[in-house]
Amino acid sequence: MMQPIVDVPVERTMPNSESVLQNLTNPQGMDSTQRTRSLLNQALNLYSSHSKPRGILKEINAGAFCEIYSGEDLNEKKTPLEKIYPCAENLALFAVTIGEKLCKKISDLFQSNDFALGYVLDAVGSAGVEKAADYLQRYYFDRLADLGRAKPEAGVQRYSPGYCGWHISGQRKLFAYLQPEEIGITLNPSYLMLPLKSISGVIAVGPAQIHNFREEFPFCNGCLEPSCRDRSRSIAEDKNGQ
Amino acid sequence: MGILEEISENLQIGEDEKVAELTRQAIGKNISPREILDQGLLSGMNLIGERFKNHEIFLPDVLLSARAMYAGLDLLRPLMIQEGIPSVGKVVIGSVQGDLHDIGKNLVGIMLKGAGFEVVDLGNDVSPERFVETAIKENAGVVGMSALLTTTMPAMKTVVDLVKVKGLSHKIKTIIGGAPVSADYAHQIGADAYAFDATNAVEKVKALVGVS
Repeated sequence: MMQPIVDVPVERTMPNSESVLQNLTNPQGMDSTQRTRSLLNQALNLYSSHSKPRGILKEINAGAFCEIYSGEDLNEKKTPLEKIYPCAENLALFAVTIGEKLCKKISDLFQSNDFALGYVLDAVGSAGVEKAADYLQRYYFDRLADLGRAKPEAGVQRYSPGYCGWHISGQRKLFAYLQPEEIGITLNPSYLMLPLKSISGVIAVGPAQIHNFREEFPFCNGCLEPSCRDRSRSIAEDKNGQ
Repeated sequence: MGILEEISENLQIGEDEKVAELTRQAIGKNISPREILDQGLLSGMNLIGERFKNHEIFLPDVLLSARAMYAGLDLLRPLMIQEGIPSVGKVVIGSVQGDLHDIGKNLVGIMLKGAGFEVVDLGNDVSPERFVETAIKENAGVVGMSALLTTTMPAMKTVVDLVKVKGLSHKIKTIIGGAPVSADYAHQIGADAYAFDATNAVEKVKALVGVS
């Protein structure tokens, strides 16, 4: 039986400073300033002392997921996930957060006019929760592999309401099934998760090719978080590196 | 180097304590608050804004300067009120009802203050009525709304409609921003402007209130 609540070690979610810097300092070809690097170091220390990453996982079969995925009938007409999940060998709903304490710290920094550190800490927190989700995804895959339910070459990918044509209102049914309130994540009437630095969705494990889809859906063009490919790559690289 | 120039220089390198100390000295020398603001603080922030716009510095650098700006401004504010010195304009900002994201909205507020605007920040999860009532009460010329969710975007239209229903479109201009929002959406809901980031918001708000 899969353990539903996972305490994620903070050190496994520490963001890579270079990738955070890249996000913070995107002007073309510019090196980060010493001040920005110093702020980032402060923010990483604060992240380490203020975050408490936790996740929750609950396996689900394709039939039950179909009901959750339909949400409030507001999904895009065609979505990649509707083709992916029926082909997945294992599915698990998940939610992960880095906790309220860090979110409050960010808010406090802005309140005390420490805007720069607050802004950098916000970026660090966003990167940290993604790493926590990566950890949970990997945790699920490893447990499946241990149980002989997933092959080493399997494809593992996560999808979230609000992305890839899955309407954000899908959160309602996802929350009802998963109950992430157990780890302190709640949903507001706008389907916004609290603490803000939280991620929810479904992890689909199956033949790697099921996750390959052409980025020709209308919503792919306007996607501000085109990280689906990066995540696939990082998982592949991670496996290859073992 | 004159003291106002020193204020500007120190503000640009984010030396908040030094800016506060120099501002105190300038006040002690009976330099008018308007001069300290315009030729010291705002002059420095304008240069920082330009450098950011030209991709010479990063947002964290701008925010360090903004903190220095606030350090000086906090000392000037009581004097400006006392002398009845008006601000460039007053803007009410907030994240719309149901939306608790406020980093983007905070950045807009910081940049607007850095450009000399008076900002009434209502925080997040702000009801349409509160936006409009506050704008009326504060005699603000602009209402700025932020949304980071597609589910909360419609609240922007409610605010725009409320301004129209109350017959205040000529007095209160509306500007919107946030990740899922676009210029097309602004046009669609009848907002007066759309800003794609915080510096762009300052330019758009200046245009709305007729400040160059």
